[in-house]
Amino acid sequence: MTMFDIWHDSHCRTVLAIIGAVLIGASVITASLSRGERGKTPLMINLRARVVAWWWMVALVVMALSLGFIATVVFFAFVSFLALREFITLAPTKRGDHRALFSVFFIALPMHYVLIAWPWYQFWAIFIPVYAFAFVAIRSALAGDCERYLERNSKIQFGLMACIYAIGHLPAFLVMGLPEGEIAGMRLLLWLLLVVQLSDVLQYVWGKLFGRKPVIPRLSPHKTWAGFLGGITSATIIGTGLWWLTPLLWYEASVLALIATLLGFCGGAVMSAIKRDVGVKDFGHAIGGHGGILDRIDSLIFSGPVVYHLIRWWLDLP
Amino acid sequence: MIAGFIRLVTGVQARWCGCVPESDQRIYFANHTSNLDGPVIWASLPPALRQRTKPVAAHDYWTATRLRRWLSSSLGCVLIHRTQITGANNPLVPLSAALESGGSLIIFPEGKRAAADADEPDVFKPGLWHLAQRFPNVALIPVHLENCNRILPKGDWVPVPVIVSVSFGEPITVNEGEDKEAFLIRARAAVIALGNDHV
Repeated sequence: MTMFDIWHDSHCRTVLAIIGAVLIGASVITASLSRGERGKTPLMINLRARVVAWWWMVALVVMALSLGFIATVVFFAFVSFLALREFITLAPTKRGDHRALFSVFFIALPMHYVLIAWPWYQFWAIFIPVYAFAFVAIRSALAGDCERYLERNSKIQFGLMACIYAIGHLPAFLVMGLPEGEIAGMRLLLWLLLVVQLSDVLQYVWGKLFGRKPVIPRLSPHKTWAGFLGGITSATIIGTGLWWLTPLLWYEASVLALIATLLGFCGGAVMSAIKRDVGVKDFGHAIGGHGGILDRIDSLIFSGPVVYHLIRWWLDLP
Repeated sequence: MIAGFIRLVTGVQARWCGCVPESDQRIYFANHTSNLDGPVIWASLPPALRQRTKPVAAHDYWTATRLRRWLSSSLGCVLIHRTQITGANNPLVPLSAALESGGSLIIFPEGKRAAADADEPDVFKPGLWHLAQRFPNVALIPVHLENCNRILPKGDWVPVPVIVSVSFGEPITVNEGEDKEAFLIRARAAVIALGNDHV
C-alpha cells in the first residue's frame, strides 16, 4: 500500500469529511455554550479541553493512516506503549517483576507489532496468549519473590492483554485479508473507531442531558441509564448508517455496531473498576480533559479484538 | 536535549505543591531510590533553572567506570567523597563553592540509595544541616520522588517505563535554637509527608 491511499478512496474521504464536520460542529457548539459567565464553569472548561483534544486525536490518527500501513502500525505501537506505561504506573509491582516488565515493554510489545507489520497472522494471533503469557509468569517466579505473586503477575498479564494484545488488533484490520485489500481494512477501522468513540461521546452527552440513575452505582456515578441507552442506540444507528464503510450488509453492520458499542461500554466499565480498585479517577494526564491515554482507548480493548475476529469468522477469512 | 530525553522516558510530572519554580538560590533535597533521581529532578525543572542547578553525586560511584564518569560530567554533577573523609576532600568544600558561585544544588541527604522495597527514606546525614548553617539565604526545598526505583531499581541496569512524579514542597528553615538532629528529622519528615500527600 502506498501513502495517502486514504485520500484516494472516496468512501474514506466522505467519512473524513463527516468527522471534520462533526468536529467543527462540536467546536462551534462549545464556543456558543461558553459565552459569558457559563464558560467559566468547570464543566465547560473540561468540555472545551475535550473538544480540543478530539481535534488532536483525530489529526494524529488521520495522519498515521495517511502515511500508510507501517505508519499505522508504529502509531498504535506507540499508543500501546503509553497506555501500558500508565497501566503499570498505577498497578504496583515489586522489584522481582522488573525483568518481566522489561520484557513486556521491550520484547513482547515490539514483537507483537512487528508480527502484524510482517504480516504473519498465525503467529501474531497466538504470540501473546501463548508465549508472552508463559514467559511473564515464569520470569517473575524465577526472580524468587513469592509475596503477592499471583496479584502482581495478574496485573502484568492484564496490562499485556489490554494494552498490547487488544490494541494491536486495530492496525491488524488493514491486513486482515478483506477481498478489497488494505483500503477495505482502513474503511473498517475508521468505522470501528468512529462508532466506538462516538458511542463514548454520545453516552456522555445523553448522560449530561438526561442522566439520573447510574447503571452500576458502585462503579461509576457518571454512567447513567439515559447515557447508556441513548448513547448505545444512537451510535448503533450511526454505525448502521455508515454500513458502506464495512464489508457487510446494512443489517449485519447494525448488529456489529450494537456489539461494538456494548463492548465499548464494558471496556470503560472494566477500566473504571480497575481505577476504583487502585483509587484514582484517571489513568493519567496525557490528554487534556480526558485523563490518560488509557481513559480514551478503554472502550476499544474488548470491541477491537471481538469485532476483528467476528468479521474474520463471518467472512470466513483465511 | 538530555532533559527532553529524560522527560520522554519517564513522562515526569512536576508538582509544585509548596513553592513555585523561581530563580532564587535553592537546595533541593530528596529521597534517594534510583540513579535516575538526580537526572529526573533536574529534567523536571524549567530550562532557566536547570542551567544553574547541579545534582550532587557520590565521587566513588560516579567515577568508578568510564560510562559513569561521562554521565556525571555531562549532567554537570558536583561529585563529593563519601568515604575516607579528610580535610582535603571534605564534601562541604565543593558544595560551598557551587553555592558561592550562585548555583542551586540537588542533594540526597540519605547519602545512598535506599533498599529496593523500603517504604521510607533512610536517616538523613548532616550535610544538609551544615549547608543550612553556612548559607542561611538559600531556600531548602523538600522534594519527593515517586516511582524512580521502579524504572531503574538499585542493582539493575535495564529500565522499565513508569510515569514518575516529582513533588516540590514548601521550603523549610532551621528554627531558632533547633539542634542538628531535630532539624534533620524534620527535613526527612517533610520529604515523607510530600509522598503521602497524594496517594
